[in-house]
Amino acid sequence: MHRFNEMAASVAAAARKGAALGAAVLLLPAAAQAQLGSPNPNWGEQGTFAITNARIVPVSGPVIERGTIVITRGKIAAVGTTVPMPLGAQVIDGTGLSVYPGMMDAGTAMGLNEIPQGATPTVDNAEVGSFNPNAIAYYAMNPHSAHIGVTRVLGITHVVSSPSGGIVSGQATIANLGGWTSAAMTVQKTAALVITLPRAGGGGFGFGGGGGGGGGGNNADAARTREKQLDSLKALIADARAYAKAMDAHAKDNSLPRPQPDVKLAAMVPYVNGTLQVIMPADRAVDIRAALDFAQEQGLKPIISGAREALAVADRLKSMNVPVLYSHVRTLPGREDDPFDINYSAPGQLAAAGVRFAITAGDGGAEVRDLPHIAGMAAAYGLSQDDALKSVTLWPAQIFNVADKFGTIEVGKVANIVVTTGDLLEARSETKYLFIDGRPVPLDTRHTTLYNTHKDRR
Amino acid sequence: MTTTRLARTAALALAMGSASLPLAAQGAPAAAPAARRIAPMLIKNGTVITVTNGTQQNTDVLVENGRITRIGRNLTAPAGAETYDATGKFVMPGIIDPHSHMMADGSINEGSLSVTSMVRIADILNPTAAGGYRALAGGVTMINILHGSANTIGGQSVTMKLKVGRPISEMLPPTAKPGIKFALGENVTRKSSNLQPGQVRRYPFTRMGQEEVIRDAFTRARTYKQQWDDYRAAMARRPAPTNLVAPRRDLELEPLVEIVEGKRFVHAHGYRADEHNMLLELAKEFGFTVRTLQHALEAYKIGPEIKAAGASVSIFADSWSYKIEAYDAIPYNGVITVRNGVTTTVNSDSDERIRRLNIDAAKLVRYGLTEDEALRTITINGAWQLGMEDRTGSLEAGKDADIGIWNAHPFSVYARVERTIVDGETMFDRQQDLARRAALAAERAELEKAEPNTAPAARGQGGAGGPPRGGNPNGGIR
Repeated sequence: MHRFNEMAASVAAAARKGAALGAAVLLLPAAAQAQLGSPNPNWGEQGTFAITNARIVPVSGPVIERGTIVITRGKIAAVGTTVPMPLGAQVIDGTGLSVYPGMMDAGTAMGLNEIPQGATPTVDNAEVGSFNPNAIAYYAMNPHSAHIGVTRVLGITHVVSSPSGGIVSGQATIANLGGWTSAAMTVQKTAALVITLPRAGGGGFGFGGGGGGGGGGNNADAARTREKQLDSLKALIADARAYAKAMDAHAKDNSLPRPQPDVKLAAMVPYVNGTLQVIMPADRAVDIRAALDFAQEQGLKPIISGAREALAVADRLKSMNVPVLYSHVRTLPGREDDPFDINYSAPGQLAAAGVRFAITAGDGGAEVRDLPHIAGMAAAYGLSQDDALKSVTLWPAQIFNVADKFGTIEVGKVANIVVTTGDLLEARSETKYLFIDGRPVPLDTRHTTLYNTHKDRR
Repeated sequence: MTTTRLARTAALALAMGSASLPLAAQGAPAAAPAARRIAPMLIKNGTVITVTNGTQQNTDVLVENGRITRIGRNLTAPAGAETYDATGKFVMPGIIDPHSHMMADGSINEGSLSVTSMVRIADILNPTAAGGYRALAGGVTMINILHGSANTIGGQSVTMKLKVGRPISEMLPPTAKPGIKFALGENVTRKSSNLQPGQVRRYPFTRMGQEEVIRDAFTRARTYKQQWDDYRAAMARRPAPTNLVAPRRDLELEPLVEIVEGKRFVHAHGYRADEHNMLLELAKEFGFTVRTLQHALEAYKIGPEIKAAGASVSIFADSWSYKIEAYDAIPYNGVITVRNGVTTTVNSDSDERIRRLNIDAAKLVRYGLTEDEALRTITINGAWQLGMEDRTGSLEAGKDADIGIWNAHPFSVYARVERTIVDGETMFDRQQDLARRAALAAERAELEKAEPNTAPAARGQGGAGGPPRGGNPNGGIR
């Protein structure tokens, strides 16, 4: 609070200021033209902003029915019913509006592909080959993807963008949905490694590629192929461990030989030594169990993604404290005689079983914006509304160890903030203001530009 | 009811002349549904979203003999009626999906020819397909089952009430207008699919070729119609000539003649504005109106042209970017078409998406429609697109009792369906569904024990057409 000691105004004064100046005080940069390559408009500078008289849903605690939130230099500086008003703050009157922490979808390929079908030059989410630990989402993330602008105006402010395909797909990046460069967007360049265990006769999982598993042939051949692929994976992990050990030894005693630098093995090190987590896509119970067994045996820290049948493995997920990125709320039931709501109701049942999870849209990019409605549907079928909100804000942040920055409205956290006309998860609610990294983000997108171009034709 | 329907059917049969479908056909003589007694139902004290007459609080809906007979306050239940307490609940018309491929057993693409107007979806219906029940659980009561979009002029569609498990003859309302699928653009030209070794490109490969295929077909249909008109005129002379031979029936051209005569609706798949414009211009030249432009992702670019042509649109709420043709799709599409006075519906084209059309319609509110306008996109407007607006699509006395009862406003993401009623019959009841689960699970366990095989592996997301999820596009042509 010390940074505001130049002026300590009461909330009443802030409210008056807000009422007097209105929302127009907040000046947003003009929209860019809608053309392929630069569809996301410029955004503002980090400054000092105050949203007053708003309903604030901090997620970390009870709702503040009428309060103020102050944003300064990218962070949440104050929140409460009575907070000091910093000098020179741009004030937004939040009367009738609700303030939420921005949502996080931890299961996307955001920025890695634009048009999946018929425009393969725009698709960069899956490398060829089975082992690509050194492929990092960061390097293929297109900050000018139209998906970014369209997603964030729904209140999704940051994502995990993951490569897919093969067995070791590469490393996922945590990014804010805004910024002129990958570097400006990125919160954590290497946040997790994606490993899909090979399946006998099946492909890999994920958005494309699918190098895992033996193809065709008979069952014995398929099983042999799987064993061979599994052996290669284990060898890669063992090599990475040996590499790390040799590097450590050399670092402690430089009379010992330094191993030949190896990009692939170096990329594996934080994952084999347990510093970072491994995302393991698995949907069937049998595959989830296999992933847990493998992670246990190899000393990896797994996150199960997809996880359609997680409920059948709930006890183990809970006892091993393995989190889940559940992407199947809207997936059709697998069997004809499954209950119609088997996947709608899964998050509620996972919560009741004590499994840690986040809900993800499970989409490459364009439809990530449905995340709030997907979480809402889980709430219609058993998950509490509070937990539905957490499953797209706090819980994904906790799973990726970034809850010190994201997921709630608390002083000191990154100011990824959404101001809406109503419940954040409701399809009818509108976003009125958006802050990412403490910057005011214009609500123009490729879609609004096309809309504005054509709306008045009669 | 049976008498009325029989009378209507008979009148229709007279009006239509020749019958092209022998059984369970639309716009043609159909067997009268078996007379089954369905108990009357009084839905008490709900928030009744009529769609055509506003939303009425604390209101009752009386259902008798498959029809809504009264809407009002403090209605009295007739003898033998079931009373449903809808206090705190929302009662709305059954949702209508004007673009579905559900309940069709097998491939819906006769893609071998450019013109397959002779084939009929009505021949491959499965009245017990699992998708139907799941859609009922999302409040859907009627669907338009369309041929696929692999060829320029596809097969004949069918309008189905989701009386899942009842005989097909009860599921196809005889007064629904017969339909046919057309398809334009990339799904037909197959531009984004790779040729297999030895495979040759199929005609048409361009949008020019598509125009030519339709022009050629309707040119032939015009000649065919003239032959029949001449024949009938000759036969109408008295004394009737005895030496005339009727023209040979052409099952390909017959449906096209019906289109020109206004007896069959065209539902035309397309994405880009230019291809829709092509069809609208061609239709004008040949003297017919295109009933619906399906998908019409770029309808917002040609709102005035669609309005002037008397066509309507059936769109995705907000799917986009799954292929090049969908890159200009915007969620404001339906807002612009409605503002242009174009009848607009939201469809699913997917066994998955059909379960949540209420949320798709709710999205249009975010983008600029009023709630009433958005409600119409999944109810009465769809009824109109299928020629069923006098029977369903709104809650009005005299209309079919196609009703969804929801635990919250259907536009809320937190809403779920408590009951779905089709033609007065409860086809989905959440409480019953929950109550029978334990028994079904036990039965399954018992059956599995009896089988030497293990349980079949859970299948993937079968049957879902339409926009694919994520970067894993469904290459199937729907």
